[in-house]
Formats: sequence, C-alpha cells, structure tokens
Amino acid sequence: MSRIDRVFQRNGQTTFIGFAVAGDPDRDTSARVAHALIDGGTDILELGVPFSDPVADGKTIQKADERAIAAGTTPDTVFSLVREIRAYSAVPIVLLTYYNMVYRRGVERFYREAHEAGVDGILIADMPVEESAEVVEIARTYEIDPIFLVTRTTSPERMDEIVRRARGFLYLVSVLGVTGARDRVPDEALALLHRVRTHTALPLALGFGISAPEHVKTCAEAGADGVIVGSAIVSIVEKNAGNIPLMEQELKRYVARMKAAGVRDR
Amino acid sequence: MDKKGRFGEYGGQFVSETLMSALLELEHAYDMITADPHFEQALREYQAEFAGRPTPLTFCANMSRELGCRIYLKREDLVHGGSHKLNNTLGQALLAQRMGKKRLIAETGAGQHGVATAIAGAALGLPVEVYMGEVDTKRQALNVFRMELMGAKVIPVKTGTRTLKDAINEALRDWVTHVEDTYYLIGSVVGPHPYPMMVRDFQSVIGCEAREQCKKKEGRVPDTIVACVGGGSNAIGIFYPFLSDTLELVGVEAGGRGIGTGEHSATLCAGEAGVLHGAFSYLLQDAHGQVLPTHSIAAGLDYPGVGPEHSMLKDARRVTYTTVNDQDVLDAFMFLSRTEGIIPALESAHAVAYVLKHADRFDKDDVVVINLSGRGDKDVAEVAALQGVT
Repeated sequence: MSRIDRVFQRNGQTTFIGFAVAGDPDRDTSARVAHALIDGGTDILELGVPFSDPVADGKTIQKADERAIAAGTTPDTVFSLVREIRAYSAVPIVLLTYYNMVYRRGVERFYREAHEAGVDGILIADMPVEESAEVVEIARTYEIDPIFLVTRTTSPERMDEIVRRARGFLYLVSVLGVTGARDRVPDEALALLHRVRTHTALPLALGFGISAPEHVKTCAEAGADGVIVGSAIVSIVEKNAGNIPLMEQELKRYVARMKAAGVRDR
Repeated sequence: MDKKGRFGEYGGQFVSETLMSALLELEHAYDMITADPHFEQALREYQAEFAGRPTPLTFCANMSRELGCRIYLKREDLVHGGSHKLNNTLGQALLAQRMGKKRLIAETGAGQHGVATAIAGAALGLPVEVYMGEVDTKRQALNVFRMELMGAKVIPVKTGTRTLKDAINEALRDWVTHVEDTYYLIGSVVGPHPYPMMVRDFQSVIGCEAREQCKKKEGRVPDTIVACVGGGSNAIGIFYPFLSDTLELVGVEAGGRGIGTGEHSATLCAGEAGVLHGAFSYLLQDAHGQVLPTHSIAAGLDYPGVGPEHSMLKDARRVTYTTVNDQDVLDAFMFLSRTEGIIPALESAHAVAYVLKHADRFDKDDVVVINLSGRGDKDVAEVAALQGVT
C-alpha cells in the first residue's frame, strides 16, 4: 500500500490536496510555503514543476510558473525541494508536470530521481492514457503512483482504460476549462463524481476551481474522497510575497479552514 | 502513418484529458468526409469559384536569366486573401460546419491564417475569434484590420513571448473551455493528431497542381522544390505529392540574426525532439525542457515548433532543411519585387533567398520551383521602416 493509499484510508474527513508551484517565487520561499501548507493540515502536497507553456493552467498558475522559471527553478531544484520537504514530513508528495519536462530529462531518469527524492505520485497534464504506456510502466518500477485526470468529456470506454492504469487517486476535473478559482462547484462536477464512482473503487478527488470552504463542503457531501486546491493557494503566495511570515500564517489559516469544512458528519 | 497519428516516432496526441474526446470526434468526422464525394465536390467548388484555384505556375524569365536556371513560382500569393492559408481554412471550416460547430477559433502569427479563417467564417456564416500575440498585432496591424473588416474578433495575447506560440496556448485554453460547441481551426501542420495529417491533406492541392503544371510545361517533374518552413504547412503542401519522385526538396527555416546568436526560429536545424502543443516533434528548448523564445523577421515563421511530418522527413533525409538570415530575406524581398514585379511575403522570401544564395548549384536546364506561399503587401510597412522610409 502506497503512502497515498494510506492517507485516503483515514475516515472522517475529506483529503485535502494542496498545490503550489515549486520554486515560486524562489526556491527557499517555496520550501517555506510547502512547510506552511503541511503545518496547516494538508494531507497530500502537490508540487507543480514550472513549464514555459502550461496550457492546462489559467493565469494564476501561469504567472507562478513564470516567476519560478525566472528564479532559476529546474527539475534539479524541484527534486532538492522534495528532499527537503521529505526530511520535514511524511506527507505524500505528488508532482504535477508537463510531458516535455519529463521527456527532456529522460523518462527513466525523471522517475528514478523523483523516487529517490521521495515523490509518491506524478501527474502529467498533457499525457492522455493513450500515450502513457511507457510512463506507467516506469512509474510502477519506481513505486510512483501514476495519477490521471478524468473529465466530463471522458467516455465510459476511456474511463475504464484510465482506471486500469491509474493508482493512488483519480483527479476529477470539475469544469471544462483551465485551472483557476471559481465561484461555485458546478452541478456537472457532482454528476461526474457519481458517474466515475460506478467505474472504480479508487479514491476520487475533485479539482479545478475549488477555493472556498463551502466548495469543500459541497464536494464532501457529494461523496468526494478529496479536494485539490491550487490557484487559491498560489494567489496567497503571490499576494504576500513581500512578507513571508504573514504568507505562512495566511497559508496555515487557509488550509485549516478548508480542512474543517471537509469533516464528514458520522 | 499509423493509427495513433504518428509520422515515424513523431506526432501523437499530447493534450489534456478534456480535449481527447474532441480529437476523437474530429478524427471520426474527418474519416467521414474523406470518404464523402459531396464534401470533396463542395470544397473543389469553393477552391475554384471563391479562392481562385488553380494558381499559376509562373515562369520567371528575368530571374531565370540572371541566375542561370529555369525558375518557376507556385503562385499561392494569388489565392484569395493573399496566401496558401485559405486552402486549409476552407477545408476545415466546411468540416466544422458538417460537425455542427457554432464557432471557429484560430491562432495567427503573421495574420495570414487569421485572415483566411475570417474569410472562411464569413463565407460560411460561422463566427470567428482569432488569438494573436500582442507583438504580432503591432507588426501586422493591417491584417488585424482586415480580420475585423470581415467580422472576426481579434484577441491580443499578452502572455509569454506574445507571439505565435502563446497565441496557440491561448487558443488551446479557449478550446478546452468551450470544447463542446467550438471548432479549433489550426493554421499549420502542427498540433495533435489529426491536425498535421488533415492540414497536410488540405494543403496538398498546391503540390498536386504544381506537379501537373510542371509536367505540362517542362514534360517532367522539377529538379528542386524550395519552400519556407515555420510550422511547415505550405512546404508539406507542395512537397507531399512529390515524395515518391526523384527530386530535391528543400525546406528553408528562419535563421533570423544567425543560428549562433540564438535569435532565430530554426527548429529543425537547431532544435531537438520534444513535446509542444500536442505533438512530439523537433523543438527549440533549453537543457531542462523549457521552450525557448524565437525570432524571425517574418512573423509567420516565428515559432519554436514544427510539424511532426517534417521531423520524420528530416530524419529520413528525404527533405533538406536549411536556413537563411533576416538580411538574406530582405535582399530577396527587394530582388523579386524589382526583377519580376512580384512582392513576396517575408515568409516566402526565405525560399527565394535560398535560391538566390545557392544559384551556382543549379545548371541552366535545372527546373527549380519556389513555393511563393504569400504576397508581401502585409510586410510593406515593416520593410519600409527597416529601410528607414517613413
């Protein structure tokens, strides 16, 4: 059983998956962001590997990627950050990346180094299941869970194929579109949750647009096993870049509030 | 090409999950229309009655005399709209209409593909929105106005390098958000399968005509065909019907200020394999996989990627890929205007520049065809500014 599996086995609360861009706004601040997210109660930490052309992401995360790249962040930086976070906490760490960053380093090398640094799962945003055979096999070799996206437009046949290859959890995309905070969790997201449930026993986490405690509550009530929050966290980092102690405090408070909203009535 | 849309090892479908169903739907729809004679007929009619096809294969007497070989221009500059781009946009817009899509989106660099999409949208009654890098909206202001005249909405892209690459990023973000009713009309042989194949098929009309015309005029296929390569649609369009003939095919990339300066767009000559915009192909990238900023005097070539079929043709050594620099291009722009009374687009002037630079390679009986992919009216203001004319 992987570290990610164990987190989802805990009952009584919705797993909170917090995302930050590795190296945003720079390496050392980014380490403090990760620690603050963990201190606030983040169950799974998701780190974005910054990429020059993040087409699945909205403005907030694009800008964070640009800041991180400008600060000199490379995959080496990301792996060193993971090692530092791993020394601090046993919380599962998932990398979110685009395929060119993996391919360029060499798929085998990328997964080996990720494994050695302490990464538990990797999601490649522009890799549909059809292109994933090699990556999934290498991920298995290095005991890294391959995380896949499922969306409203995923057909039942493709969903079965995704479920066969995925480990850890499924990342359910709540809306058609790119990442970014939105006002509410659309009904279509909850419908997707129920549809995917009939295909798999894997934990289901909803992401894209989730930013407020009431969103978490809605997801929890609909039976989501987890929620993924990215742009809202990245915005806190961006807004408080000039005052890191305040940034840490805001991050901890935010995660604690979101977590509290995900406690299930039993 | 196999079922997964690969050209050798290149190509594929590297897109986010949301777009997969749209790509599968597009593949299916494209399969349907290629088997449908009514579609073929409708497209041919638009090509003949609206776009002005076939375009001439013009013998250039003056240039031939000066360079000592037999030079022909395939006159895509005479296609309605001023470039080869309409060959593709008419085909895809007709397809979008068949698919019941309500809205066309496109990216554009020099603005020629945006203009051609605006034309096709207006003709077929489909609303058009075009993403264009802010830098390009300034250097190709005339084309912005042309698109707007034809009812298209031009959206300036202010992220990243503010050129073609980021225009494609924004178009992809739009598509993923409106995937159910929107058709993404890609302008080159780039992007995920089936786009590189489909755009090649629509552009192959250039090579099919050129082949027939050359056989009629010269009794044989040419010795050399030269075309500029950005994403590579005009080049693949003229090369493809000649791939099994014995002749030399030359793709000319934008050498910009020189390969050594790093300020160029020579993806095949200076790049390495990688994934951008949904396809595995050559790519200008740094050691870590970040996509590099590019430069070219020609906005339409200013792109760090290239069509996957070109990557295959490069590795197979079927096509020779080379570069010319900005200054060579300006010289060729002047030369063709003065010598033949034809003002080429700065993109197409890359192909002309190659022939000028390498004229000593050709014998007097050698037949050289240059794909003149577009006309240069859009570039006149920028060239005037570079010449100090105000």
